[in-house]
Amino acid sequence: MRTLSLFFILLAVWLLLSGIYTPLIIGFGVLSCLIVVLIARRMDVLDKESFVFNLGPKLLTYWVWLFIEIVKANYDVAKCVFFPRKYLRPSLFSVKATQKDDLGKVIYANSITLTPGTVTVDLHEDTILVHGLTTGAAEGVKSGDMDRRVSDIMGKA
Amino acid sequence: MDLILDIGTWISLLIGSFFLLVTGFGLLRFPDLYTRIHAGGMADTLATAIICFGLALQSGFTLISVKLLFVVIFVFLTSPTATYALAQAAFVAGLKPRLDGFEGPSEKPATNNDDD
Amino acid sequence: MTIFSITAFAILVSVAMALARAILGPTAYDRILSANAIGTKTVLLIAVVGFMNGRPDFLDLALVYSLMNFIGTIAVLKYFKFGTLRGGLSDTRDKDL
Repeated sequence: MRTLSLFFILLAVWLLLSGIYTPLIIGFGVLSCLIVVLIARRMDVLDKESFVFNLGPKLLTYWVWLFIEIVKANYDVAKCVFFPRKYLRPSLFSVKATQKDDLGKVIYANSITLTPGTVTVDLHEDTILVHGLTTGAAEGVKSGDMDRRVSDIMGKA
Repeated sequence: MDLILDIGTWISLLIGSFFLLVTGFGLLRFPDLYTRIHAGGMADTLATAIICFGLALQSGFTLISVKLLFVVIFVFLTSPTATYALAQAAFVAGLKPRLDGFEGPSEKPATNNDDD
Repeated sequence: MTIFSITAFAILVSVAMALARAILGPTAYDRILSANAIGTKTVLLIAVVGFMNGRPDFLDLALVYSLMNFIGTIAVLKYFKFGTLRGGLSDTRDKDL
């Protein structure tokens, strides 16, 4: 099942990127997708974690929310570049990740890193060490809003 | 219609350029490694997304826009991983972040662990 | 259009700033960070220059460059951390932090 979906995803990526739809080129695409799938099976990398698409449509709403957060955080960091004396308050603190499996923790930690102003420095068991640039960014992570949303989308899987 | 798209491209590319310049400025100005990582993150996220959006307005609904979308997705997936690897490597090597705020760019540099 | 030239110029100025940080240091991690940032900006520069010359095929190069940039950063970090590219990362955790 996973093998089949990997094949079709790879094929879709090939068709979208190539843009040349002659039988020869499409044949090459099918062939290389098959080889990649075979290698992936042989290397045994096709476990549950490598397949994110069963998280469902909640992932999309999460991405939209995350993008709005990124825009706000970019504005904060830009302010911080121009007025460092006023806004720059670096801090290092740890938060608990409430997700049960590794995939959820990785999504959470990467989301923290992706929003400028907070960077995941270390992830160990379920403790995430975060470096915050401003007090506002640090409070945003400490409030646990993002953690709750990630747990929400992981709960469906 | 073309005019609206052109104006959209102008606005998005100008905002993207602005954030890129702020990124470069922040890389120069911030006091230690961990704060510089935040500045670098700005170019990785909003500037990339908004410049690719502005370029996609010029190409319309074609395969070119799909490629721009792929660029954004790749950067969004790989950039936090690279940043995390960098921050964690620096932290494990014993580079301590400065937590005392900002005292001017000509302060003493952060603890130097070049040989670690 | 003029806006592509303006954006390309802004990207180049930003790259110059990152390059200055790479020269100033002070730690090796700063330099790796600068290299990574320059890589991201190069991706954007390739895309913008492609549009400027009316050849959006350049986007394929931008795609490949974004992946190469990631792999390069990880490889340099790993080499820097262990002094070798051999072996896995699995035993790094047990060092006390």
